[in-house]
Amino acid sequence: MSDSTNEKRNERDDVSTQPTERVTVSSLASVADRASRDPRDPRPAGADLEARGVHAWFGAHHALADINLSFSAGTVTALIGPSGCGKSTFLRTLNRMHEFIPSAAMAGEVLLDGVDIYNQGIDVTKIRLKIGMVFQKPNPFPSMTIGENVLSGLKLAQIKRSNKEGLMEECLVRAGLWNEVKDRLSAHGGSLSGGQQQRLCIARALAVQPEVLLMDEPCSSLDPGSTLRIEETIRQLSESVIVVIVTHNMQQAARVSDYTGFFLSEDGPGRLIEYAPTREIFSRPKDERTEAYVTGRFG
Amino acid sequence: MVQLLDSQRPVPVPRKPWRKAPSALIPDLLIFVASLAAAEAMIMLTGFKGKLAFVLLFVLFSTVGSMVLAFHRRGATAMSNAMASSFIYLSIALVALPLLSIIFTVVSRGRHALRLNTFTQDMAATQPDSPFNQGGALHAILGTIVLVLLATAISVPIGVLTGLYLTEIKGRAEGLIRFLVQAMSGVPSIVAGLFVYAVWIVGGHGGFSGFSGAVALSILMLPTVARTAEEVLRLIPNDLREAGVALGGTQWRTVAMVVLPAARSGLITATVLGIARVAGETAPLLLTIFGTTAKHFNPFVGPMSALPLYVFQLLNTGLDIAIARAWTGALVLLVLVSVLFTLARAFGGRAKA
Amino acid sequence: MSDGPLLDEQVLPLRRVITTEPRFSDRVFRSVVAAGGLTSLAILGLITVFLAYRGFEVFKTFGLRFITSFTWDGGNPDAGVKPSLGIGAMLIGTIVISLVALVIALPIAVGSSLFLTYYAPGWLRKPLIILVDLMAAIPSVVYGLWGFFILMPHAVYWAKLLHKYLGWIPIFDVPLPIFERSPFIAGLVLAVMIIPIITAISREVFSQVPLDRIQAAYALGATRWSMIRAVVLPFGSSGIAGGAMLGLGRAMGETIAVYLVLNLAYKANFHILFSSGGSVASMIVNKFGEASSFELKGLMAAGLALFAMTLLVNFLANLIVRRTSRTGR
Repeated sequence: MSDSTNEKRNERDDVSTQPTERVTVSSLASVADRASRDPRDPRPAGADLEARGVHAWFGAHHALADINLSFSAGTVTALIGPSGCGKSTFLRTLNRMHEFIPSAAMAGEVLLDGVDIYNQGIDVTKIRLKIGMVFQKPNPFPSMTIGENVLSGLKLAQIKRSNKEGLMEECLVRAGLWNEVKDRLSAHGGSLSGGQQQRLCIARALAVQPEVLLMDEPCSSLDPGSTLRIEETIRQLSESVIVVIVTHNMQQAARVSDYTGFFLSEDGPGRLIEYAPTREIFSRPKDERTEAYVTGRFG
Repeated sequence: MVQLLDSQRPVPVPRKPWRKAPSALIPDLLIFVASLAAAEAMIMLTGFKGKLAFVLLFVLFSTVGSMVLAFHRRGATAMSNAMASSFIYLSIALVALPLLSIIFTVVSRGRHALRLNTFTQDMAATQPDSPFNQGGALHAILGTIVLVLLATAISVPIGVLTGLYLTEIKGRAEGLIRFLVQAMSGVPSIVAGLFVYAVWIVGGHGGFSGFSGAVALSILMLPTVARTAEEVLRLIPNDLREAGVALGGTQWRTVAMVVLPAARSGLITATVLGIARVAGETAPLLLTIFGTTAKHFNPFVGPMSALPLYVFQLLNTGLDIAIARAWTGALVLLVLVSVLFTLARAFGGRAKA
Repeated sequence: MSDGPLLDEQVLPLRRVITTEPRFSDRVFRSVVAAGGLTSLAILGLITVFLAYRGFEVFKTFGLRFITSFTWDGGNPDAGVKPSLGIGAMLIGTIVISLVALVIALPIAVGSSLFLTYYAPGWLRKPLIILVDLMAAIPSVVYGLWGFFILMPHAVYWAKLLHKYLGWIPIFDVPLPIFERSPFIAGLVLAVMIIPIITAISREVFSQVPLDRIQAAYALGATRWSMIRAVVLPFGSSGIAGGAMLGLGRAMGETIAVYLVLNLAYKANFHILFSSGGSVASMIVNKFGEASSFELKGLMAAGLALFAMTLLVNFLANLIVRRTSRTGR
């Protein structure tokens, strides 16, 4: 459980070269074993995010029903499930991006440190500073340089910081991008490769010092090498931010997360079918639908 | 921890908690009212006078008020957001105001001289200062119709051909032609009139005539028709063309029997947009059709009238009664253009005006 | 098949050249379409040629002075007074009123298109867009009527105020206190006419801003205005510039509204509040009725000059707008 970093990396290399056709519950479980934290480990005290009875609608279409989840500091939670079952919608209710769709409606509460973020009078822009998001397709601002991109969150929120360069470097280091761009911080944001752009977006999200980082399939448009880099980053980030990651890739969920939630929509709104520590979901799923999904029988 | 499906729990009512509750709107309302009062007070206290002063002061106070409120609630970013919002609301007001004023004025002033005979008589038998139950704009309306029909007959075939060239035959001149169409759309209307005058009338091919006016209008109409036709033809999926060719059709048969019918409604839109563009043109007509007072049906010989020209010439007389007729002519013209515009949008769905 | 290692020595077959002889009917079709397509070339060429041809004599007589001289005197052939034609004052006038129009119209148009795209409530957006697009279709003679009878009294009042408080700025000073039919008022009317054009183009550009960039800005905690400043305006800047140039071209070519609202005088006038000015287009209309044959040639030459100006402006506009779509910002 306290492997050295080198051993961990070698094992991950093994995972990436294993044939992935025959996914068995046990193979995923062993990955989850190596990757996730022992639930008996003391967790760093800090923020927590909780969703209570969250429903979401698009007009008359009931997209999500009765989601109850909580995310604690120092953890990575993966949300898995087939396409269209509402995982991304749920993610967007967590940072109040769901309401941008004109027909959107919701019910329930989302509590950040005990306060419902949907309360009247809450400044939604401040919420989004505390709950950041990284999107599926990397979207750095092309009209800004790499350095300006990282600090763009500060500019947008008009936050004053005395040591901007230091913060920029720190965020790029945490995102695993510093070494590759430290000599060209004034190059344009669009001049990087896909994986680098996504790490830039992670650095940008980190610069405003969020308590939570939501990631919506962040690796789905990237090559396997970049994907693994980002997964390493996620593990390191979880020490300081709560990470919630939506992913289609079960091996990724197994590699990266401490807890996993399985979403499913059966002719109706998406629901949370099962939520458990990652290694349990993959080794001893309690619900038969969960087992069917993680063994690849559908989805 | 496993969450079980609980089908006993009722589904809650969907809400939109991000919408401002009515109570949250009260401070904004207060600012609105307070700014009105403050502007009024300033006017009474200081030397500023008049509606302009009131409006300016109101804008100033409400902007400052909303900025202060935003700063108090949420800080500096919200303050600049409030200031920007204020300016943006002001801009749209500054656009809506002239538009509403124009519509209101044309309708209210055009009403006076509007009679049935406006549509049934021309001005041949009347003096410019005759009362309104004599004379009318029939010659102008007919003239506009004739001109528009002729201009359409000239510019639509050429415009559609141009569109076809750009989509079907991607020849080497494609970039050049597209550039030229763009350039043509910038020809000032007076230059089009001057050109026709220079070629036709001065060249001795005939005096003023409706036909020369139609040619001038076609020059202005062609770029609109060509551009819209190209866009519409481009939207026809290639599968249709391939199906036609696969059935053994030659290119021209495929175009004539498959592509053009498929694009029919779009091409109608292109035509109507072109018509709307030129129906209101005055300047080129001044130089080419010259204007008359009598109905005139032969476009190839002799001067004609048209609605915009009719309005312009009445206006130039300087007589109040003539000017009242001019407003009526403007009303008819405005209604005509609005109808054309609506038709274009209805046909084209999302066609750009 | 055991030729594996000898692949390099295998000769690939020659590619066949496929030609199709177009059928006669298709050839006719293609020529007809090509002819139609090239008509625009023909028309533009003809316009230039004929105006130049007719105006050639004038250009030859006066040379560059045609552009720079401020006098337009038809002369009197009977009395032996030679004509002296120059459109310099009118060229300056065109530029002055078009610039006034642009300065007034641009901020309002950009603000309005931002309103229509990002601020308008759902029920208001479509009707308002239709209304603004309708404004672009209103005939210029109607604008002239409205401008003269309705706007002018108000505009004169504003001009007097401007003069009273800001008269120390040279352009707001006036040699005589006559404020009717000034370049300022003409510029105001032109501004109202070009606002819908710039708004329509800006709206087009704003509708193409990639949604994920907007969402990225909001996800970072931006307010609506910070998002617009960070994402929309950089993205749309060249499109807006192109739209502004197109509006400028429209203003330069506008004839009737200017004719009705501006007092034509043959002097360059930079005091925009003062009742004197002119534009090339309105001069042509003004002089057309009574021009001698020589003056007529001068008017052709003037038309050519105006055409060249608007062509240049529109060319620049399209260059700028196309640069936006190519870089796909």
